[in-house]
Amino acid sequence: MKAPVVNAQAVDGPAVEASGLVAEYRIRRRPGQGRATVQAVSGVDFSIGRGRTLGLVGETGCGKSTLGRCLVGLVTPVAGRVTLDGTDAAAAGRGARTRLRRQVQLVFQDPYSSLNPRMSVGAILAEPLRIHGLHSGRRDTRVRELLELVGLDPDHTGRFPHQFSGGQRQRIGIARALAVEPRILVLDEPVSALDVSVQAGVVNLLEDLQEEFALTYLFIAHDLSVVRQISDDVAVMYLGRIVEHAPADRLYTFPYHPYTQALLSAVPIPDPRAERARKRIVLLGDAPSPLVPPSGCRFRTRCWKAQQICALEAPALADMGGGHLAACHFPETRVVT
Amino acid sequence: MSVQRAPVGPVAETASARRDLSGRRIVAKRFLRHRLAAAGTVALLALATCCFGASWIAPYPRNAQDLLTGARQPSIAHWLGTDDLGRDYLSEVLYAGQVSLSIGLCVAVLSTALGTLVGAIAGFTGGWAEEVIMRVTDLFLIVPGIAVLALALEGLGPSPVTIVLVLTGLGWTVIARVVRSQVISLREKEFVEAARVIGASGVRIITRHLLPNLVGVIAVNMSLAVAGAIILESTLSFLGFGIQPPQSSWGNLLTQAASLVGTPKAYLLYAPGAAILLTVLAVNFVGDGLRDAFDPQGRK
Repeated sequence: MKAPVVNAQAVDGPAVEASGLVAEYRIRRRPGQGRATVQAVSGVDFSIGRGRTLGLVGETGCGKSTLGRCLVGLVTPVAGRVTLDGTDAAAAGRGARTRLRRQVQLVFQDPYSSLNPRMSVGAILAEPLRIHGLHSGRRDTRVRELLELVGLDPDHTGRFPHQFSGGQRQRIGIARALAVEPRILVLDEPVSALDVSVQAGVVNLLEDLQEEFALTYLFIAHDLSVVRQISDDVAVMYLGRIVEHAPADRLYTFPYHPYTQALLSAVPIPDPRAERARKRIVLLGDAPSPLVPPSGCRFRTRCWKAQQICALEAPALADMGGGHLAACHFPETRVVT
Repeated sequence: MSVQRAPVGPVAETASARRDLSGRRIVAKRFLRHRLAAAGTVALLALATCCFGASWIAPYPRNAQDLLTGARQPSIAHWLGTDDLGRDYLSEVLYAGQVSLSIGLCVAVLSTALGTLVGAIAGFTGGWAEEVIMRVTDLFLIVPGIAVLALALEGLGPSPVTIVLVLTGLGWTVIARVVRSQVISLREKEFVEAARVIGASGVRIITRHLLPNLVGVIAVNMSLAVAGAIILESTLSFLGFGIQPPQSSWGNLLTQAASLVGTPKAYLLYAPGAAILLTVLAVNFVGDGLRDAFDPQGRK
C-alpha cells in the first residue's frame, strides 16, 4: 500500500471527470397530486487532477452531497457521464463496476450515524476486506494497521463505536474508506460535525494521507476557511449548478461571481476592527425551491446585478483567465476582505 | 456505575478492561443483571423441564383414572387434587403443558422467522414488492382471526401440527409490519449507505447491518408471540376448535373447568390458569431482558 499502483495508460488524464451530470430525486407531494422531480444536480462539469483536492462549497440543499454521491455510485445520474481514471463508470460491466467502486470511497458527514452501532471497530474495518477478498489470512493485522494509520490505538478493535469520541469515530470512518485502498476519496463534510479543535486534527490527517497514498479528494464543505486550507481548486455550487471554479487562492482573492462574493463576505474575520470596518454583502431572501428553479441564471432572484438577460439565458462557465471559470453575464472581480 | 472522580490509574484500567469484553459476553452479563429476566428464564426452564420431563417427574402416569375417587380437593397425595375422572391434576397439567409450550414456542419461532424475512425484504426493497407484501398483511389483519382459525381447523382437523401452522399463518403479519417499519427507518442511516459504498450486497446489508439492529424488537415481538399463541390456543380449545380430549392442553383444561366457577371444584381452574399466566409473564420478562441486553448503549 506504500507505493500506490497507478494505471499506466491513464496517468495523463484527470482522476475524476464529470460532464453534463444531472441527478434527480423523485418526491411525492401531497396525496393525489402525483410525483414531482427535484433536480439536485443540473448539468455539472468538472474534473479533478490526480492527487489534487477539489473543494466543493455551497449552502445546504445546493446539491453538493448529491454530486459526491454520484461519484461513489450511491446516486445514479439521469444524464451525463462520470469518468474515473479514464473509465466511464456507467458503461462499465458488473465486474469492472465493483473494481471501480473500490477506487472511489466516501467519508460521511455524521460520525454518529455512519458507523453501525452493533459492530465492533474490528468488524467494521474487516468488512470491506472480506467483501473484496483483500488480505485474507492477515485481516486482523491489516485492521490494526488501518487503525494505526488514522492515529487510533490498534488494540481497540474490540470496542464499539459509542465508546469513541466524534473525532475518533470520524477517523474510524476514514479508516473504513481506506481499507479497500481507493485512489479517490469523496469527503462529504467530514469535519463539519466536529469541534473546531478536533477539526484541525482530522484535516491534518487527511492531508498526510493524501500525500502518503497520492489520493485525489473531492472535499465537500460549507466552511470556507477549512476548504481554503485543504483545497487546490474550489468550486462553488448554487442550486444544482457550479457557478465558479478556480484555483483556491484565485477564488478567494479575486471572486468573479456575485454569489461567491457574497459567500466570502460572510466569512468572519478574527480581527474585530477589520470585521467592523468591512462591508458585508447581505443576500435577500432564501434560495428558491429546487422544485421550481428560476429561469436563466439561477442566482438572479437574489443578485443585485440581475438584468433582463439573466432571466432569459443561463450563463455558461467562461474562462476569466488563468483557469478561473465563472458563470455570470456580468462577471466583475471584486476584492472581498 | 461509580461516581467519576479524578482519572486515577486503577479506575481507568478496570473501565477499559470491561470495555474490551467480547460482545457476546457483554450481552450475557447484561441479561443476567436484569433480575426479572433472569427470574423469567429460570421459571421458563423449570416449567419446560417439568412438562417435557413429565414421564419422570409427574407423580402419576398419564390418564391414570380412578373413578371411585372422583374429584377431590388438593391433598398430600394429590397436590393439585383430582378431576372428575379421578386423574391426578398435577400430572394432567404437566402433560398438557407439553402441548401448550410446544405450540407457543413453535408458533413464535416460525411466525417470527417468516415475518422477519418478509418484513425485511419489503422494507429493504421498497417499490411494488413492498406494496404487494404489505397489502397481503393488511388483508390478514382485516380478516377476523378466530373465524379463520375455526374454519381452517374444521377443515384440516385439530392436530397440534395444523394448529401450529394455522397460528403461524395468522401471526407472521404482526412482526412483518414491525420489522418493515424499522427497516425503513434504518435503511436511511448512513451506515447502510456506507456498506453500499464498500460494495456490500443486499443480503449482506440485511443480515449484517439491518437485522442485528432489530434484535431487540424481534426478541420482544417473539416473546409476545409465544404468549399470544398460548392464549390463542387456549381460546380455540375453549371454543372447541383446538386440542380435543383426551389430548389435553392448558386451554382445554380451562374449558373443561370453566363451568365449575362458584362450585367447590373451582380449584380445577386455578392450576392451568396459573400455568398460562406464569409462562406468559416469564416469556415477556425474558423478551424485555433480551431487548435491554442487546442494546449496545445500554447501561453497563
